[in-house]
Amino acid sequence: MRSLAIPQSVKFVRNRVLLVLIVAGLLAGSGLAFLTAAPNRLVTGTGIRLDACLGGWRASLLLPAAALMLGVFLTAMRRTHVVMAIAATVLLTGFVWLAGDEARRLAQAGSPLSRTSFGGGFWLLVFVSWLAAADSIQRLRLRVPAMIAANVAVIAPSIALLLAGELAQLSVLKEYANRQGIFYTAFFRHLQIVVFTLLPTLLLGVPLGIASFRRERWRAPVFAVLNVIQTVPSIALFGLLLAPLAFLALHVPALSRLGIGGIGIAPAVIALTLYSLLPVVRSTVAGLTQVPAPAIEAAAGMGMTRGQILRRVQIPLALPVFLSGLRVATVQTVGLAVVAALIGAGGMGALVFQGLSSSAIDLVLLGVVPVVALAVAFDATFRLIAGALTP
Amino acid sequence: MITFQHVSKAFDGVTAIDDLSLTINQGEFTVVIGASGSGKSSALKMINRLLEHDSGRILFVGREIRSFKPEELRRRMGYAIQSIGLFPHWTVEQNIATVPDLLHWPRSRTRDRVTELLETLKLPPDMYRNRYPHQLSGGQQQRVGVARALAGDPDMLLMDEPFGALDPVTRTALQHEIARIHDASGKTIVLVTHDIDEALRLADRIVVLDRGHVAQAGTPREILSNPANDYVADFIGRSDVGIKLLGLYTVADCLRPDEVVAGSPIASTASLREALSAFVAQRVERMPVVDEHDRPAGAIALADLLRLKS
Repeated sequence: MRSLAIPQSVKFVRNRVLLVLIVAGLLAGSGLAFLTAAPNRLVTGTGIRLDACLGGWRASLLLPAAALMLGVFLTAMRRTHVVMAIAATVLLTGFVWLAGDEARRLAQAGSPLSRTSFGGGFWLLVFVSWLAAADSIQRLRLRVPAMIAANVAVIAPSIALLLAGELAQLSVLKEYANRQGIFYTAFFRHLQIVVFTLLPTLLLGVPLGIASFRRERWRAPVFAVLNVIQTVPSIALFGLLLAPLAFLALHVPALSRLGIGGIGIAPAVIALTLYSLLPVVRSTVAGLTQVPAPAIEAAAGMGMTRGQILRRVQIPLALPVFLSGLRVATVQTVGLAVVAALIGAGGMGALVFQGLSSSAIDLVLLGVVPVVALAVAFDATFRLIAGALTP
Repeated sequence: MITFQHVSKAFDGVTAIDDLSLTINQGEFTVVIGASGSGKSSALKMINRLLEHDSGRILFVGREIRSFKPEELRRRMGYAIQSIGLFPHWTVEQNIATVPDLLHWPRSRTRDRVTELLETLKLPPDMYRNRYPHQLSGGQQQRVGVARALAGDPDMLLMDEPFGALDPVTRTALQHEIARIHDASGKTIVLVTHDIDEALRLADRIVVLDRGHVAQAGTPREILSNPANDYVADFIGRSDVGIKLLGLYTVADCLRPDEVVAGSPIASTASLREALSAFVAQRVERMPVVDEHDRPAGAIALADLLRLKS
């Protein structure tokens, strides 16, 4: 039976996270522009507030927000969390649909060159609704696969709207429509950079990790070097690689025929590999270190060879920690690969820098949003694998 | 089965084993006992080459152990340790099957062996086979540890303070199991402990180690009756040697078969230590004795306890 006692005043607010999110949402909705409208893609637009978009029945899109406000004061039960997650999802989808619908309405009224873009208010409201959904799902304490499925379900309706073309009149998607070919080339180039970075990272990092685990006196120097590399800013590292690689390409024609030179994908992959070595080597050592010593003594005492101990006991027990390091390295590489566009490696960074140099913010967004999505997808995948491996 | 001949071993110049000579006979339950730093664990680990001896010879079935491959040697000797060292990512079944798998036993034989060992160690196979170590209590984990050590049907069993971390009740239960397994299988067992009561309870032969050499070796009765020096006497405890000695005999050893006395009876399988306790508690000098089927078997007198030949 649930207690029916009147809660103390301090206990009146049952969900402080939700309260903070709602206050932030109210401020964003009332204070910041939901969308901006501009006569063309280069000039700064004028803001359109949320209430201006909510004429007529559209005001009912805010109903889930009312449900969330109620949720602040409800007792924490599974059912409450489920209802709150659904309300936040509906709200999130509502904001996305509203932006697309308003853009469509403005496009019908204005010139074909006019552009409607997301305003600060839109981003904050979407972010806050998503956080509310994610927080409610977190409180349900689901197993890793169910949790990932629930998080996917939160963003799935918005993605469906995107794929259905409901957002086509927004400026970001107009940029996409104009650059479809370039967009996919850049996206696959970005994936290529990530894969080409992770392969040498694993081939170098894992043996280096195992070696510095086995020989303790290697550990300090190995980590000292990797830490120093990590502190070099990415642009500086690209710059440092420029001269030696250009020199090599000039004097070893075979290398330049392979596409290795001072600029392009080669220096990018080398630099990104150097960066991702630290998390991979560190997690290899940390994973092996936390394998219980008695398990290893027992394994040796029962007649396992060194190789068998490594394969049957140490590697499986180190794997979850190792995977978390690989996850960090992958997410970091996805993000840093944007900068690699500066030295001609291509990838989503090319769109970003093109947008920055022509002050087309929506083009920058077109480059950044898929990178964020890619990072989140990799992160979830690694968590899923690590969760499946833990008994 | 195992012979140490003038074996020495030092760690960083500090002597751990000092000219140790010792024979462990086939089928015997040998308990190696000593204070911390006496070298008892080191001596045990030298048998399966987890530690290599510096000088002298160690023979296993008549051959110097260095002529064996370490892995081959270890697969012929079960090994159980105080911290158990179960593999946390493997089920109970997979843990027990470690050595059979290393020996490439056929799957069905391994499975039957696991079932048999779980039954022997009183862990119902259907209930425990698929559990993970973290789902077991400390005592259950050590039962699995012992089962794993026995799984490959080894020639001998090495146990390094296997029950040291368990509570007294669980420890006593497991001591009974291991004694039963020894009686039933006749396996050679070498067990290291610092607990004299455990040694007296289990050992056919006790080896008392002091600073890396044998202070005394003999049956529990010999050690208790004639401690070779002060170290041994201190170790077995001077104040209650008599009580410990009584613990090694049963009522049957002092039975007066033809006498009939009144009073509450004591089992002929009880130790004389329990008998003494019963005499004191009941304030009597004679009491009736019954056999294992509760049939009258005679009587025992308090004075008989003093006439034991040691």
